[in-house]
Amino acid sequence: MRFLRLVAVFLRVGVMGEAAYPANFLAHIVDSALELGTALAGLALIFAHTATLGGWRSEELVALVGVYFLVGGVIGLVIQPGMEQLTESVRDGTLDFTLTKPEDAQLLVSVWRVEIWKLIDVGLGLVVLGIALARLGQRVGVAQAASFAAAILAGGVIVYSFWLILATTAFWLVRVENILVIFQSVYEAGRWPVSIYPGWLRFALTFLVPVAFAITVPAQALAGRLTRPVLFGAAAFAVALFGAARLFWKIGVRHYSGASS
Amino acid sequence: MKALAELYLQEIKTGVASMLQYRATLVIWLIGNVLEPLIYLVVWTTVARSTGGSVGGYGVLDFAAYYIVLMLVNQATFTWVMYEFDYRIREGTFSADLLHPVHPIHADIATNLSSKVVNLPFVVAAAAGLAAVFHPAFRFTPLAVAAFVPALVLAFLVRFLVDWTVALAAFWTTRVTAINQIHYMAVLFFSGQIAPLTVLPRPLQVVANVLPFRWTVGFPVELLLGRLTRAQILTGFAAQAAWLLAGALLVRVAWRVSVRRYSAVGA
Repeated sequence: MRFLRLVAVFLRVGVMGEAAYPANFLAHIVDSALELGTALAGLALIFAHTATLGGWRSEELVALVGVYFLVGGVIGLVIQPGMEQLTESVRDGTLDFTLTKPEDAQLLVSVWRVEIWKLIDVGLGLVVLGIALARLGQRVGVAQAASFAAAILAGGVIVYSFWLILATTAFWLVRVENILVIFQSVYEAGRWPVSIYPGWLRFALTFLVPVAFAITVPAQALAGRLTRPVLFGAAAFAVALFGAARLFWKIGVRHYSGASS
Repeated sequence: MKALAELYLQEIKTGVASMLQYRATLVIWLIGNVLEPLIYLVVWTTVARSTGGSVGGYGVLDFAAYYIVLMLVNQATFTWVMYEFDYRIREGTFSADLLHPVHPIHADIATNLSSKVVNLPFVVAAAAGLAAVFHPAFRFTPLAVAAFVPALVLAFLVRFLVDWTVALAAFWTTRVTAINQIHYMAVLFFSGQIAPLTVLPRPLQVVANVLPFRWTVGFPVELLLGRLTRAQILTGFAAQAAWLLAGALLVRVAWRVSVRRYSAVGA
């Protein structure tokens, strides 16, 4: 409950901060719409030549693009801005103030910055998903919806833990913002199902940069092609990675000694 | 002319020195420039395999060859000047550049060239690695290789002039991201990056022939791969020359009207 209240507070602060620049809203809509248009036009081009891509039909790949926008939107909404601020605070020492607050510091740094414009991407992702689902028709049942929800939750936790681990390295390496940018550029590979990539790249996109769990696996669930072992594997990986990130964070905070020392 | 040559030499030297300081930024651009062609390489080879071998005249190994060469050509001709201009104008750092006695485009070209000097070994290594993994079907002819060199130089110049003109939009609006996104889309579709141009629907191919982007990436790639007839090669060079003239003119006109609007933010 406290968690939700905190999130609501930071969300309100984010809205208040940006409400001063209403014209930005239109600009961000145009940006997101153009990006989505590019993705869908690319799909149209490919499916003009083939009926399936690596076993995926066109509406299934549209659903994948929806998941890509949805997850990318959530990353841009809270995860990325929060983690960037974290590395920044480690460098200039303002993390001191956060650590003295009577709330779990990991929780605070995870939600303390909200980039509300990214809600547009979340919304667009949901719309695209909705359209793809409608075109997939009757074939998405309750079981599939449930496994999609579980898969996307696991994917979200994995991505969050991954970012937290990367940002936590700032306690030792100090300048890591560039590592964070690299994630952004690799994330783009997730606009396609990872199954089409050659083995070494698939491995990298599954375990080094967990794009597979964040995007391909949830989309597979919607397409009804997610096997139970993969789903359980994703869930187990999510729990393990979250635990590891938490542990790493604790060690990092203990290592942290303020900027002036 | 001699003064300009000295300027370039000096700018390239300082450029290389400063690039070596910001190695992480280089790595980021490099990953992006390798990953994107790699993604499309994988997508199109997958398509070619599922349709029984060939799309728009390209087989599986042809796509591999196309995208490996495209990666090299794209790296050689690509600029980031429109992202830089946005920052320059917003932060007002452009004021100092305006005081220089030479046109600022020369410093930009030199900086861009120096990034290529620094990146070259890594890009060649990436290309060699991809070639080892995907076994591309290269069939280079001496004529194609000889014609490729001037085509690449012209492609670089045309792309730089066009990008620089687009970048000048930053003088007119502080919201250039939408313009940059549209420009990125145009390059993606019409330069041959999202797919070789023969794979595009006919009307888009016609548009691509009229716009400058094809001549900055797709044309040198197809030329080197020996996919163009002699007549097509000549047409391509003519188009490049025409765009070089048009680009130089565009830069001149756009620069003159844009710079008049400049007032450093915060000054």
